[in-house]
Amino acid sequence: MFGYTIGELGSIFAMQGFAGLILFSVFVLMGLGLAIIFGQLGVINMAHGEFMMMGMYITYIMQLLFIEFAPGLMNIYFFVAMAVAFLFTAIMGGCVEFLVVRHLYRRPLDTLLATWGISLMLQQGIRVVFGTREVGVVKPEWMMGSVAVTDMIDIQIYGLVVMAVTVALTIVVMYLMLRSVWGKHVRAVVQNREMAGAVGINTAKTDRTTFAVGCGIAGIAGSAFTMISSTAPDAGQHYIVDTFLVVVFGGAGSLLGTVASAFAISQTQSTLEFFITGSMAKVWTLLIVIGILMVRPQGLFAVKIRR
Amino acid sequence: MNKILKGDTKYHFLVLAVLLLVIFPTFLDVFRLNLVGKYLTFAFVAVGLVICWGAGGILSLGQGVFFGVGGYLMAMHLKLEAAQADIGCTRELQETGVCIVQSTPGIPDFMDWASMTELPLFWGLSHSLILTIIMILTVPAIIAFFFGYVMFRNRVGGVYFAIITQSTAALLSILIIGNAGYIGGFNGITDLRTLKGWDIRTDDAKVYIYFVTVICLLIVLLIAQIILNSKLGRVTVALRGQEDRVRFTGYSVTAFKTAAFCFAAFAAGIGGAFFTMNVGFIHANFVGVVASIEMVIFCAVGGRFSIYGAVYGALIVNAAKTLFSEAYPELWLFAMGLIFVGVVLAFQKGVAGFYSDVIEPRFRSSKASKYLLWIKSL
Amino acid sequence: MATSVLSVKDLTVSFDGYKVVDNLSFDIGQNELRVIIGPNGAGKTTVLDLISGKTKPTAGSIKLNGREIMGVSENRIVKLGLGRKFQTPSIFEDLTVLENLEISFPRGRDVFGAFFFTRDDEVVDRINEVANIIYLEEELETDAASLSHGQKQWLEVGMLLMQDPKLMMLDEPVAGMTLNEREQTAKLLNKICQGRSVIVIEHDMNFVKQIAQTVTVLHQGSVLSEGKMAEVQKDPKVIEVYLGH
Repeated sequence: MFGYTIGELGSIFAMQGFAGLILFSVFVLMGLGLAIIFGQLGVINMAHGEFMMMGMYITYIMQLLFIEFAPGLMNIYFFVAMAVAFLFTAIMGGCVEFLVVRHLYRRPLDTLLATWGISLMLQQGIRVVFGTREVGVVKPEWMMGSVAVTDMIDIQIYGLVVMAVTVALTIVVMYLMLRSVWGKHVRAVVQNREMAGAVGINTAKTDRTTFAVGCGIAGIAGSAFTMISSTAPDAGQHYIVDTFLVVVFGGAGSLLGTVASAFAISQTQSTLEFFITGSMAKVWTLLIVIGILMVRPQGLFAVKIRR
Repeated sequence: MNKILKGDTKYHFLVLAVLLLVIFPTFLDVFRLNLVGKYLTFAFVAVGLVICWGAGGILSLGQGVFFGVGGYLMAMHLKLEAAQADIGCTRELQETGVCIVQSTPGIPDFMDWASMTELPLFWGLSHSLILTIIMILTVPAIIAFFFGYVMFRNRVGGVYFAIITQSTAALLSILIIGNAGYIGGFNGITDLRTLKGWDIRTDDAKVYIYFVTVICLLIVLLIAQIILNSKLGRVTVALRGQEDRVRFTGYSVTAFKTAAFCFAAFAAGIGGAFFTMNVGFIHANFVGVVASIEMVIFCAVGGRFSIYGAVYGALIVNAAKTLFSEAYPELWLFAMGLIFVGVVLAFQKGVAGFYSDVIEPRFRSSKASKYLLWIKSL
Repeated sequence: MATSVLSVKDLTVSFDGYKVVDNLSFDIGQNELRVIIGPNGAGKTTVLDLISGKTKPTAGSIKLNGREIMGVSENRIVKLGLGRKFQTPSIFEDLTVLENLEISFPRGRDVFGAFFFTRDDEVVDRINEVANIIYLEEELETDAASLSHGQKQWLEVGMLLMQDPKLMMLDEPVAGMTLNEREQTAKLLNKICQGRSVIVIEHDMNFVKQIAQTVTVLHQGSVLSEGKMAEVQKDPKVIEVYLGH
């Protein structure tokens, strides 16, 4: 069939499926941070891609620092970079929330515009410091190369790393949301803001922490993405439209919905890519998702909130 | 005319008309006048957004779609004409730069490069100028009707609507860029030359096109003003704040929201067509996510509740963009970002608000107010 | 009854398994002013939601002038002759009193109709007539947002009057009003009963006494007692539920 044996087809399918899983990881990593912000604050953070991008650049800086001062520790630089990326982007997120977003909570449409403005400024800021061209981020040695699962199937190690980060992060976030004090506060505020405030939860602080954590997750995503994407000032723009769709399609405020939606959309796109060109696969995927959303705007798993 | 423009609005309209029809053409050279013409094409979109977003509260981040439809329809017609002109070209003529030899003459150059041998079906209607104009006036509104009706019927509002329209803009720009053969792809549709034999690239032509653009913009402004004066306008404004009450007063919220959205699409489509005429090409960059959200900013800066403000907003932001990009290219994006944040945090009523809150009260107490009253009483 | 304006039979709705309205049945006759009272949570506002089409019932039938309106869209039910006033004044704050009343005039309620709508004498006369009834004849050019709370309630009643509904439903019309305003509202309600039926939901017993003809007491989603005010007040079931009110 098509000039390949069944075995070869199976391998192509597996490798395509693997590419689809990478896309799935991308959507989940980007979507988680945004879903937390959207679910809690009703805010679509148009600068989310830029926080991701800053995570990329932090990793780049860490790489330079390690090469300069601790070349022997290159093998672990990646994890340090990820931690620093999280801290930095979370703090920046907190600042953005404090300076701009918190004034706009009753006006979600205006928040869209304001955060877009912030995204422009962040992009330009990075451009001014690092230049317009992409910068090279080096993989630590153990991440290079691939693992041969079978004779025909080769899986890149960095791909596995990205997926591992995704799984780990998802588990951590779920745990935080369900078990931690912060998670309880977040869920309380989502379900009934006034009551939450009345029982002593500092809603302003919870909002700020949520926004910061959401941005921090984007930073971690950026760190991971240095492996699969080019580190450039406009890197955030590549994924942002998809990320919004993933979050909206999954249903506001539902983390499970985000994961499910990320899976559905990524698999649709990568499966279609198998049969038609890349851009047409994207077009058809968008068309299907938009079509469903137009008819069922609450997405897959709508959380019933009585605001 | 008196019935449409009462009091203040008459004054605003006249000032704008004089500015565009008299002052700019007198003091600007052809190059800059043409630039203003280009800026004004975005004003069409901004005016539409005042009805849809300012009045009705519906934020569309996908106006690029309608702008693009109008722009591409116009470009397709002009491109076919340019391609026809090249039929019968020879190597010798090509040397002199008069025309281009193609493997399949009569079809647009990008199709030839993509080794296509005949015109795709959907280009068929673009041969006729009349049909092209009819399509420019109707297709954007029809698309908006379809999307709007389905979404508003299903109570899709606010943020969801914005995200869906944004995704649609992304979809269309990807579709165009990915199809170099069918619609020009990454390079857009360029090398447009004549309209019914009249060369649109000469200086004289650019001036004529400018005036036609202005007159059509003034007509669209009048239509928008009529809408705002009418009960249709008042219900649209009521929708923004109290959707439930509107429904319980017997109005179909779906119908009215769809109408506002369709008007915005209609205006944006006309703007796109004029863009192609003024600039001489069209490109997917003006269809996508970035362009669409910029169009919203033109409206916001001008004052999202004022149709005249919207025109000034489009002029000011675009002029600033051109000036900044020449003098301080690195600063431009910062400034743009600040505009987005500022217009939402501090200057919600935009330039129009600044005018009505700060400048006009000063005017009232000065001698100039006597002239104002005289103009208003005409 | 053949002449009932509203006929509700076995109306039921449950939210998450809890029956908020439970096999409710009652009839409203022509030109009747019916007051519905009941403790909080008895389902009063929900009943209005069901009748006006805002919420879908799980079972039962609702007939307006003999015509089944279950499942019909809200704006269609309005066009069929129902007017509803919400608990919190829901008027158009961005428009003037005159414009608020004008929008409620039952002409030109589709897109093209609204576009071509003209404010002719018929409209102006009716606006003036209604403005007089609702004590707002001096405030026609005022922005609705600047009215006092009581005036906003009256404006909303006025908007309903403009629609000339056959059945008007008022949800706590005197909530937040001064004693003086309540008296004026009682006069207003007694005036508007001519030519239409009115359902009023209220808590304030003094006010209820001023306007009530027949009273229906709701409890846990169904009718507990129904009759003239005096009878209902003496009903031991009602006394028990209200704790000696």
